[in-house]
This record gives sequence, C-alpha cells and structure tokens, in this order.
Amino acid sequence: MRGATLLALYAVFVFAFLYLPIVVLVLYSFNRGGVGGFPPRHFTLSWYTQLFADSSVWDSVLNSLIVAAASVALSLGLGLLAALALDRADFPGKRLFRRLVLLPLILPGIITGLSLLMFAFLAGVHLSLLTVFLGHSSALISVATTELFAGLQKLDRAQEEASLDLGATPWQTFWRITLPNLKLSLIAAGLLIFTLSMDEIAVTFFLIGRDNTLPLEIWARLRRGITPEINAISTLIFVASVALIVVWYQLRARSLGARSQEFLEQLGEPS
Amino acid sequence: MYSRTYKSLVSLPPLVWVGTFLLLPYALMFAHSLWAVREGVIVHHWNLDNYKALFTNSLYAEVLFRTMRIAASVTLCSILLGYPLAYYLAFHAGGRRELLYQLVIVPLWVSYLVRGYAWKTILGSDGVLNGFLQYLHLTHEPVGYFLYSPFAVVLMLTHIYTPFVFLPIYAALEHVPRPLVEASQDLGANSVQTFWRVILPLSVPGLLAGATLAFVLSLGDFLAPLLVGGPSGTMIANVVQSLFGAAFDWPLGAAISVGILVITISLLFLSEFLEKRWAFQ
Repeated sequence: MRGATLLALYAVFVFAFLYLPIVVLVLYSFNRGGVGGFPPRHFTLSWYTQLFADSSVWDSVLNSLIVAAASVALSLGLGLLAALALDRADFPGKRLFRRLVLLPLILPGIITGLSLLMFAFLAGVHLSLLTVFLGHSSALISVATTELFAGLQKLDRAQEEASLDLGATPWQTFWRITLPNLKLSLIAAGLLIFTLSMDEIAVTFFLIGRDNTLPLEIWARLRRGITPEINAISTLIFVASVALIVVWYQLRARSLGARSQEFLEQLGEPS
Repeated sequence: MYSRTYKSLVSLPPLVWVGTFLLLPYALMFAHSLWAVREGVIVHHWNLDNYKALFTNSLYAEVLFRTMRIAASVTLCSILLGYPLAYYLAFHAGGRRELLYQLVIVPLWVSYLVRGYAWKTILGSDGVLNGFLQYLHLTHEPVGYFLYSPFAVVLMLTHIYTPFVFLPIYAALEHVPRPLVEASQDLGANSVQTFWRVILPLSVPGLLAGATLAFVLSLGDFLAPLLVGGPSGTMIANVVQSLFGAAFDWPLGAAISVGILVITISLLFLSEFLEKRWAFQ
C-alpha cells in the first residue's frame, strides 16, 4: 500500500513538471510587471490589448492559417492516394516508398528543411510561403498516410465489393462507400496535420521568405528579448487548441488518443 | 478486385510527389556532401574531403559526443518520468485513468517553441525560478547557471519528449494480460518480483519505441540549444545550421547531415531488430 502511495505522489510530481511551464506561461501573461520575478503581483490585461493592436503578429497568424489549411488539403489528398496505393496496389519499391514517406517524421527537421532548401536553390525558386507550404505538405503526407492507411485496414471490404458487384463504377464506389467510411480518419488526420503545421518550425526555419509564420514571428521576437506579448499569444493558442481537443472529443471519444498511440508506435518501428 | 487503371491512378501521384519533394531533395543532400566550395562558390567536383574533415577534425567528434550525451540524458530522464507515470495510469489510476491520460496528451498541443520559451522565462537570471528562490530567501543573488547550459537543454527536451515516451509505454502496459499478473501474485511473487519478471519484460517493446523516438529527435535538435543552450550547449545540428548560414560551407554541412541521417536510420533499424529479438524470446 505504501508503494502505491509513493507511486501516486510520483505521478503528481511528473504532472507538476509537465504543467509547470504552461502554468507559468499563462500566469505571467496577466502580470503587470512582465515575465519573471516571483510572485506575479498585479493583474493586467494590457499585454492582451497590446497584442491585439500588433498587426505583424496577426499577419503571421493569417500566414500560418493559410499554410496550414493548404497543407491539410494537399497532404490529405496525396496521403489518401498513398494509403489506397499501399493498401490495394503492388508496385516496385513499395517497401521503400513506405519508409520514405515516414522519413520526415523521424528525421530531424533540419535535414528535411535543408534538403528542400537545396532543392529550391537549384530549381531557382525564391523562398516564400509557397516553399514553406511545399515543405509542410511533403513532410506531413506521412501523417495522412499512416492515419488513413490504418483507417483503410479497418474498413469492411464487403461493402466495396457489394457496390462493385451491383454495378457501381469504381469512381462511384470511391465517393459513396470508401470516402464516407473514412470520414473520421480524415478528420483526425486533418486536425493533426493542421496542428503540426501551425506549430512547425524546424523545416520552416530554412524555407521561410519575407513573410513569417506565427512560430517564426515568435522566434524573431525572442531574439530581441522576452516580452509578455508572447505569453499572451501563447495563452490564446493554448486555449484554442484545448477548445479544439474538447470539440473533437465530443465528436468522437477516445479515438484520437488511440490513434496517436498507433501513430507513435509506427514511428518507432517503421516497416 | 481493383482494375489496373485504379491502381495506377492512386499510386502515381503520391509516388511522383514523394519522389520529387522527398527522395530528390534527400539525394541532393547526399550529392552536396560530395561537392566542394571554392572561393565562395559550390563546385560540382566530386570528392570525399568533407567526410575526411569530419574524421580528422576532433572538433566535430567532440560536438557529436556532447550531442549524444545530451540525447542519452534526455532519453533516460524521459523514461524515468514517463515509465512510472505510465505504470501508475495502467495499474493504479482506477476510474481517473481516462482523464489522466488526456492530461498527459494536452501538453503535446502546446507549441514546441512556446514551451522552450516558457523554460527560458523560468530559468533566466531574472526568471521565475530565481524570483522564487529569492522570495523564499534561499538565495540572495540571481543564480546565473540555470539557463544557457547543457542542463537547460536536457530539461527542455525532457519536458517535450516525456509524453512521447509515455505513450508507447502506456500502450504496452495496457496490453499486459491481467491474468498473467494475477497468476504471478497467486503463485507467491510479491509486487516487486511481479514487476521485474512479468510486467517489465512485456513492456520492453513500448519502452524501446519511446526511447528510440526521444533519442533520435533530440539528436537532431537545433532549436533547444539556440533557445536555452548557450555556447556550452551547442549540438551537432547547430554546427550544420551555421555551415549553411554565415560559415557558408554547404558541402561540409551536408556531410554532417548525412552523418546524422545515417546514425538516425541505424538506430531505427537497431531498435526494430532488438524488438523482434525480444518478441521472439
């Protein structure tokens, strides 16, 4: 029994460690004295008002949203095809393809980022949000492919067979049977890709042109020093992400957790 | 049941895309590592000098060893935090298990950069930790060595990778057959023996997956050292980054990247191999 109590105390300690930075971040976004010192003394919302007036932050938020939305669209589309190909077609180099698709997730972002930088350089393409978008979608096809492949494996093949036997064309079968059955996997993958793209920095770092994404805008400000405005924007993003998670769980309890487990396991053992 | 047209229609676009935007760039990285810089211009003159430089200049080996030490510390700390937590959730959390599981996931949704920034505000000499210590009158002067040290890098990366290590371990522990645990206890093993002889061996695959992930991702990190590491926390990816930036020696930087790539892929294969060996036993 004493062992169990110790274990519970240790779990509390680990949770404290995991949440300490988040709590500090949120708390000091309301501190009039700025970031640092203890205890935080005077409550203020001025960092938030300053943030709302700061147009370059909101420009970067908009850039991030555009890149993330476009990356979701492209990597979901290509990921869906890749998952279908892995599930149903045989082609030379299939094993290699599987590993290659997963590579950007397990390789340090700097390697993928620099490889794409050299590619853009040799192709004579100027760095801009377009190169960032190409980088994100290429790296995140992996997420879409794994998620949708897992979804396809669980699919009941009999429905598709019945549809084809009853005279539907493959195209009709795809739109009316395969896609609706994959709806939840598509939403899960889309949300994951969206979040990962919004947060991406290691690849973006090397592909960014003149317009910043939000993480790079924050990065640029950090170089100039610490400002509570960063706490404020981070708090807002945190609240938005948690809201997104809650909504998602209302849609489908448990699934994301189970999926991200599968996803991580596949990461650890690409085969 | 699928026609040839269907199969080529679904296979071709992703193959072409991945070939163009992943395989080709990675191949370019390799090609660059065999090129050279002459008078500030990259010349396509094939040679192995960049790799020779990696092996002869002890600076690179030194940074690589430091990087591996940091990555190993991060892995170890993440396991020390993540494993007991996963064990607690799988066997002792009862009805709160689902909620606690979600609580481990939530920090994953907080941006990497933002978490690094938060540690910076905690550890800095005007930071929250120093403020706290002085508030308690434990110190009177700000302590300077929390931030900008390898310690800060390990702390920040441990914070980021603990949930990643927790997830596969928890998945493995959840799949440990409960009758096996009960049988061990019925046959007279105490809980420590049951853990070492039944539960731990069955969770090794999850442990391996989590550890590999934490190690590999820490190995190629360049942002944590820039944020909280300072000069003494410089890692191998920072060397690459400076070679691609101010130092302008893409070929040498590419050679180091290929080195990181080879180490990463070998570790993945090793982990996969060990896991299969373990399952076979």
